[in-house]
Amino acid sequence: MTIFNLFRKQRSAPTARERLQVLLAHERSSNGSDLVSLLREEILAVIAKHVQVDSDKVQVKMDRDENVTILEIDVEIPLGAVSQAA
Amino acid sequence: MGKVIVVTSGKGGVGKTTSTAALGAALAQRNERVVVVDFDVGLRNLDLVMGAERRVVYDLINVIQGEAKLSQALIRDKRLETLFLLPASQTRDKDNLTPEGVERVITELKRVFDWVICDSPAGIESGATLAMRHADMAVVVTNPEVSSVRDSDRIIGLLDSKTMKAERGERMEKHLLLTRYDANRAERGDMLKVEDVLEILSIPLIGIIPESMDVLRASNIGAPVTLADARSAPAMAYFDAARRLAGEVLPITIPGEKRGIFGKIFARRAA
Repeated sequence: MTIFNLFRKQRSAPTARERLQVLLAHERSSNGSDLVSLLREEILAVIAKHVQVDSDKVQVKMDRDENVTILEIDVEIPLGAVSQAA
Repeated sequence: MGKVIVVTSGKGGVGKTTSTAALGAALAQRNERVVVVDFDVGLRNLDLVMGAERRVVYDLINVIQGEAKLSQALIRDKRLETLFLLPASQTRDKDNLTPEGVERVITELKRVFDWVICDSPAGIESGATLAMRHADMAVVVTNPEVSSVRDSDRIIGLLDSKTMKAERGERMEKHLLLTRYDANRAERGDMLKVEDVLEILSIPLIGIIPESMDVLRASNIGAPVTLADARSAPAMAYFDAARRLAGEVLPITIPGEKRGIFGKIFARRAA
């Protein structure tokens, strides 16, 4: 509005509003059941069935925006770690 | 048959007890028969805010366990004849708060009082779910701040699933009471605005209580805000909220907004 606004700190309320809207959209749709942690556990269980995995070598990341959740599972499989044949 | 209201929020420290006392007193100041019930077993405070802490003999748990009659446990307010307090127990385990016992007490209170106002403990555990269980309507106390809004959203979900009304397939009437609101900070963009919180939580607004020294002053002296200074800004906001609870239709005003130049100068000095 005025030149003084340039020197003012950025307003924080719009950020609060956006963060809440994204968070609550996810919390409401999850409806108590935590799909992400369910997927994470089952996916890792499937991998562990076929490969000996060092739990330190597994990275799970999650990112949420308005419309989607991205679940990123990064498993390092060392050479020769294949246990039983699939 | 009286109406049962739960004052709830999820988050602690947002003003549930202050609001229970103020709304209870405001309704009693309209000559309606009111009982305020403290559900915060182990951490009771409604007695203190009401200024009745030295008069507690029996409590809700005593009544539930059959160790005292309801009439023995009810404490009449010294200032308002139609206002009563049913305190929580300070020493007993909260597991003594049984669903059957709570139902019996609430049913009995509804027969005698026009309003039964239940002050919920913070959190989402048994104390909080029991406080809301038999409610006809809910007042969701929220601060314009992210953690409070998130917890209120969670509580709204519980109100729509864990209450008797919800289980019977009826709609729980929910009202937002926005507390500690600072219109100037919201105007500057440093605080969530009324419309932001309303849009996110999407339940109707029953009142906006301004951030004010008068609230602390009232609890210091042990009087509900509406009795401590009926002319103060938060008291007037609570009076309006109580009238809306009683079904009156009043335009919502945002306290402290559109202050003139003198108001601004005064605010600077006070700050």
